[in-house]
Amino acid sequence: MISSRLLRRFFAPVLAFLSFISMSSAHADYELNMTQGVTPISHQIYDLHMIVLWICVIIGIGVFGAMAYSIMKHRKSKGAVAAEFHESTTVEIIWTLVPLAILIAIAVPATATLIDLEDTSEADINIQVNGIQWKWRYNYIDEGVEFISALAESSRTNGQSGVADPTGNENYLLEVDKPIVVPVKKKIRFLFTSDDVIHAWWVPELAVKQDAVPGFINDSWAYIEEPGVYRGQCAELCGKDHGFMPIVVNAVSEQEYQEWLVAMKAEAAAVAASADKEFSMEELVAKGESVYAANCAACHGPTGAGVPPVFPAITGSSVATGDISDHIDIIMNGKTGTAMQAFKTQISDVDIASVVTFQRNSLGNTVGDMVQPSKIKSLR
Amino acid sequence: MSDIKSSHTTQPRKSVSAKQVFKLFMVPVLMFGFGFALVPLYDVFCEITGLNGKTGRVEASVVNQKEVDSSRLVKVKFLANSGNGLPWNFEPVIQEMEVHPGQIYEAMYRVSSKSDKNTVGQAVPSVSPVQASVHFNKTECFCFSKQELAARETRDMPLRFVINHDLPKDIVELTLSYTFFNIEQTKS
Amino acid sequence: MSTATTHDEHHEHGPATGLMRWVTTTNHKDIGTLYLWLSFIMLLTGGAMAMVIRAELFQPGLQLVDPNFFNSMTTMHGLIMVFGAIMPAFVGLANWLIPMMIGAPDMALPRMNNWSFWILPFAFTMLASTLFMEGGAPAFGWTFYAPLSTTFAPDTTDFFIFAVHLMGISSVMGAINVIATILNMRAPGMTLMKMPLFVWTWLITAYLLIAVMPVLAGAVTMMLTDRHFGTSFFDAAGGGDPVMFQHIFWFFGHPEVYIMILPAFGIISAIIPTFARKPLFGYSSMVYASASIAILSFMVWAHHMFTTGMPVAGELYFMYATIMIAVPTGVKIFNWVATMWRGSMTFETPMLWALGFVVMFTIGGFSGLMLGVAPVDTQYHDTYFVVAHFHYVLVTGALYSIIAAFYYWVPKWTGNMYDEKLGKIHFWWSTISVNVLFFPQHFIGLAGMPRRIPDYALQFAEFNMISSIGGFAFGLAQVFFLYIVVKTIKGGEKATDKVWEGATGLEFEELPSPAPYHSFDEAPAVK
Repeated sequence: MISSRLLRRFFAPVLAFLSFISMSSAHADYELNMTQGVTPISHQIYDLHMIVLWICVIIGIGVFGAMAYSIMKHRKSKGAVAAEFHESTTVEIIWTLVPLAILIAIAVPATATLIDLEDTSEADINIQVNGIQWKWRYNYIDEGVEFISALAESSRTNGQSGVADPTGNENYLLEVDKPIVVPVKKKIRFLFTSDDVIHAWWVPELAVKQDAVPGFINDSWAYIEEPGVYRGQCAELCGKDHGFMPIVVNAVSEQEYQEWLVAMKAEAAAVAASADKEFSMEELVAKGESVYAANCAACHGPTGAGVPPVFPAITGSSVATGDISDHIDIIMNGKTGTAMQAFKTQISDVDIASVVTFQRNSLGNTVGDMVQPSKIKSLR
Repeated sequence: MSDIKSSHTTQPRKSVSAKQVFKLFMVPVLMFGFGFALVPLYDVFCEITGLNGKTGRVEASVVNQKEVDSSRLVKVKFLANSGNGLPWNFEPVIQEMEVHPGQIYEAMYRVSSKSDKNTVGQAVPSVSPVQASVHFNKTECFCFSKQELAARETRDMPLRFVINHDLPKDIVELTLSYTFFNIEQTKS
Repeated sequence: MSTATTHDEHHEHGPATGLMRWVTTTNHKDIGTLYLWLSFIMLLTGGAMAMVIRAELFQPGLQLVDPNFFNSMTTMHGLIMVFGAIMPAFVGLANWLIPMMIGAPDMALPRMNNWSFWILPFAFTMLASTLFMEGGAPAFGWTFYAPLSTTFAPDTTDFFIFAVHLMGISSVMGAINVIATILNMRAPGMTLMKMPLFVWTWLITAYLLIAVMPVLAGAVTMMLTDRHFGTSFFDAAGGGDPVMFQHIFWFFGHPEVYIMILPAFGIISAIIPTFARKPLFGYSSMVYASASIAILSFMVWAHHMFTTGMPVAGELYFMYATIMIAVPTGVKIFNWVATMWRGSMTFETPMLWALGFVVMFTIGGFSGLMLGVAPVDTQYHDTYFVVAHFHYVLVTGALYSIIAAFYYWVPKWTGNMYDEKLGKIHFWWSTISVNVLFFPQHFIGLAGMPRRIPDYALQFAEFNMISSIGGFAFGLAQVFFLYIVVKTIKGGEKATDKVWEGATGLEFEELPSPAPYHSFDEAPAVK
């Protein structure tokens, strides 16, 4: 972090002045200003932000001060008589060159920060992040841990995102069902891509904002200095529920991180094992109802009515009442060019079997057939 | 503009020439064409700068094996994604390799169809960091051409690649990602 | 009626009557009026959509509209304000003013002028009709990034594409007319460097328009073929690149930003000298600054895309080029302040709006400079900080200049003075409310609220509520403006020919108030 030191030395007097000012209003600071964040990059960015801000404030005071003085003094009602001058090459050269010099002074530390920001090499942990309408899939590449993280139930109504009155709902819209867990003091590289449209993964405290573009891979990195829970949101319009795909990063000690990995792997093994069990129709329909509410209701509606033609109805649909293998196929693999995702990467065999069975035997459909999780497992 | 005289003149003004108007209309026509020309221009630009992370492709014969830089090891990570609507499992056989710039290596991806029908997909590669992409050349690749899998078929797809030895020194690790898209249903 | 059809040839002094006057008119003043009214209707329409947005964001939680409709609102609000309110208003002002300012009897291509206006109502009707169609209006933002606007878009997108084509054709025809007029129709003695700055900035704007509107047309055409004809310009599956859409869009989009602000510079450069009773400081540097802003605007587009994964070298280049724009823009601000300096100022309504422009446009410029610093843009990008920035530039910038222009020239157009008291109320009401509306959005953005979201976390609640209150007040102020406009057209104190004590320029010095239906049939001599 050589450039960070350089940056600080470069503007040391300015920064000292700033911290003096901000001390007097430490609490209000958070709400009004950019977060300082918890990574070296986020600190650099914050410092740069404050430097440019204060340069703007100082220039602003100069320009608006001159205007205000002129408005007060050079008014006709005070008997001011207009001067005749209308050009001065000297003055014009000065106010071309001085801003140029200021811009160069900004560009120097900005260049250093940008180069640090883009240096994703030699990471300790690699996490692939896939944007999906409207949730995130995380894949700890080196660990084989993979899961979906979506808006928490507490921020939903009947499976639909958002509630009418979130009063007292702490972390409303900023809570997920499964946060990502990372260790502190490790270089974490994030690799971003998307399954459908462009999303952007943004956690302000980590100063990471990177677009997730379908077919392409982007990267960014974070070195988290303090344990804590850091929250962010999708920052690129990605359709209906763009406002409802939060990110929660839980930064913990290395030991807790390792424990979490073990637990995640055990859970995945348990889920895989459950697929071999035989289920009754009632069990599958009952289970399918909650799977439907969590994964399907946002688009297809809590009653299966959908929002045609964009989001088709489940009730009476040719898929949900037709051949069961086509029904399974569309749920497992999605439909190209639509928001219908490949759920095989998101939910378990049991969940897929139960939601297929539920859709065929509820929501006004009465097909009467069912599918066992073991069948789904064989299709993976 | 205090120097305006208040008398009128009958001096005729320039008339608008059809030629000039025609020329003016040619500007938007040309710029409309330029909009489309941006597509190939962008590709050329990307090839030079590696802007969008698309990788290069060279013939195996072009690669001079003598120029292997055995003093340097670069880590290459392989990632696989498949887009919506494709009932395929797609994964790298080896997750990671350490390679010398200038030497040709072979990596393998495995794709298996879970469908009972024939299915067609097409893979798109992408390299991160983007600066590395122009230095990543494939001599053999399954990307950008249609791959058809029979029902329940599993196929290993090889990839032969070489990293140019002019890869910037500060890049010690790069990631190659393939995304398979279903191209049958795309235009439905 | 028989005279109406032949008035071009016979210089009938006075318009035809009835509706057909407006449909068939080739008179630059009539067409200017039509443009200005269309723009006002669009301003109120787009404003109504903004009210829906601010009402939903009044407090956290989803109360009024569903998220998809909310996205349609932000999309339509942006499109209508950019293509329907700001751009047609400037074209309307160009129609009214350019011939009078350069001593020409009309625009160079009057029949095309009629066409370029009458395309627009159809374009906007088509665009607005998507709100009532199955699948809903386009909901992918006014920047319509692929693939959300191609593979994942509703069927109504085709109407949107066709509407954008029509708007583009209209703009290009309007721009060609402006260029042909300025290059050919100037009165003898009106050399280029004697032209009022409004004419200069419009000439530069017109060149920008014919250069970039076709690129936008190209982009939407590619969208159309991607959607229906199997091409893959923006579809990664077929070897295309969604990010390339952004490059093409912003190659249009960034010059477009200057299309919406350069004419404003011209207006402000006319108003401030009049009320400071002192010639404009640095006329020629103003011309050069405008031209260099226009040229730079073609070289900075990717500063909208710092988070798309560009190589460092690209980001550095676009950062340097972007912050360079602060230099010519700064020159303009300094020149305006120097024009006021040691002047003899009075503060009639047009001057108030112009001063409001200078102060608040400068604030928008500052946040623009901040956004240009690429590493920091990581935190600003796609937040309310950006929303605050471009609304300071477009509302308190472009829109303020248009309102200033209305108050400044309406006595010349109608022969009636507007009500000075009401005009001042309108200014203070708007200026206070617009700052209540947009200033807190800087804070919301810095605190981490993304743009284009229908609902937000609780910590953003206070400032959103304040912002919404400001929004409702500002919206109401523009309904009040409608009343002022109608009142002024209907009557009022008669304006003198010169209108303002310090006014200069052919339209004030050579023409009576109101300006006759046909002016400068004989060219004035300009020394």
